[in-house]
Amino acid sequence: MVQKIDSQYKEILRQYMQRQSEQNLYDGQNFSRQLIAENTSPEEVISMHKAAMQEMYEDLPDVVWHSFDLLIEMMISYGLALQERESLLQRQEELRVEMDLAANVQETLLKTTTPSLEGLDIGLLSIPARKMNGDYVYFVSDQEGHAGIAVADVIGKGLPAALCMSMVKFGMDSLNNSRARPKDVLDVINRVVEKSIDDSMFVSMFYGSYNAGEATMTYGSAGHEPAILYRAKSETFSELNSKGLLLGVSPAAKYEEHTVHLEQGDLLIMMTDGVTEGRNEEGFIEREVIFELIHQMKDEPAQVIVRHVYDELVRMQNAELSDDFTLVIYKKV
Amino acid sequence: MELEESNNVLTGIVRGEIDAHTAPVLREKLETYQNEKNLEAVLDLSDVNYMDSTGLGVFVAFYKSINSNGGHVKLKGLSARLKRLFDITGLGDIMDIEAVGKGGK
Repeated sequence: MVQKIDSQYKEILRQYMQRQSEQNLYDGQNFSRQLIAENTSPEEVISMHKAAMQEMYEDLPDVVWHSFDLLIEMMISYGLALQERESLLQRQEELRVEMDLAANVQETLLKTTTPSLEGLDIGLLSIPARKMNGDYVYFVSDQEGHAGIAVADVIGKGLPAALCMSMVKFGMDSLNNSRARPKDVLDVINRVVEKSIDDSMFVSMFYGSYNAGEATMTYGSAGHEPAILYRAKSETFSELNSKGLLLGVSPAAKYEEHTVHLEQGDLLIMMTDGVTEGRNEEGFIEREVIFELIHQMKDEPAQVIVRHVYDELVRMQNAELSDDFTLVIYKKV
Repeated sequence: MELEESNNVLTGIVRGEIDAHTAPVLREKLETYQNEKNLEAVLDLSDVNYMDSTGLGVFVAFYKSINSNGGHVKLKGLSARLKRLFDITGLGDIMDIEAVGKGGK
């Protein structure tokens, strides 16, 4: 095998010495790729070159051969760097496989069931910017028309954000109460998060408790992007502001709650800042643009509306969202 | 980012975009000061044209550690967009912030 490579190289070199044509150079390039694929080190290549030269031009002065010996020594470190690169590539591949597995585990772990409620059409889309999602939507519901929804966003992305999100999920699971009041839920989760996370990691969360019998939503916010209410009658959008500090900053934080009543055709729009903080070369994508996208599709089912907003925002940002995207729409029907 | 400290007073000017790429650099620089006692920090954000939640996290972490060491953090020169970010997150209520055009407090 080695002999075969040596003689191949000698042939390429011999032809180049005769003609110096583009074709000969091209042959040399292809041959070097083959050598790389076979993990041939740089010093081996130069040794091969020296041996070939010695065979063809044995009467060259000694200084030429000595210079090759020095060059071979010089290349040894390059050879080691190459080996290191190989093992890094392999390590990176292992990490990629692990990340894929972790993303699957996360998906299973954070799976939630969209409730079916009398008079309410629910649309939901949550798409991570990277493999792991730092956004989270959680539903809890009962048979009597009560349902709670949490929309949360961990500040930070990737693996640490995903681990933090699991904590929120277990906090919610331990409450397991579809009639819980938003301010109480936020209070409990704030304590859970505050006790256990790093100083620069926080969670923003919207919590809404829906009562299908009365078509009312009681909501509270912990530093989260305000939900939007669209009134079908007046065709207007307004922010549902509710004061409250991000989760995990202070154990003393207190949360407000407010209630709105939904009429036929009204939309309740809940989201993370991945929806509102979009940007392209021309600047920020203003909230009015998003309102307009929703308004265009207001007569469609909720799922069609959220899909439309996502598709259009992706298009406006040249098919690249830099943040996790989560949008939930409740439509009163 | 420029930081200057004298007599327990830290003044700094932050410029450009604070996002997931630049926030770690900012964090590292601020962390040099976070364990000092009774530090009065004033950071000017007038020339910050964009900040996402990662940047917010850096300032909150800084605020928390300075506060627990008896110091004080003030952020000034906030654009309307930045001010909204602090207001929505509830941080505007607990941190000392000052928006552009509302100076002289």
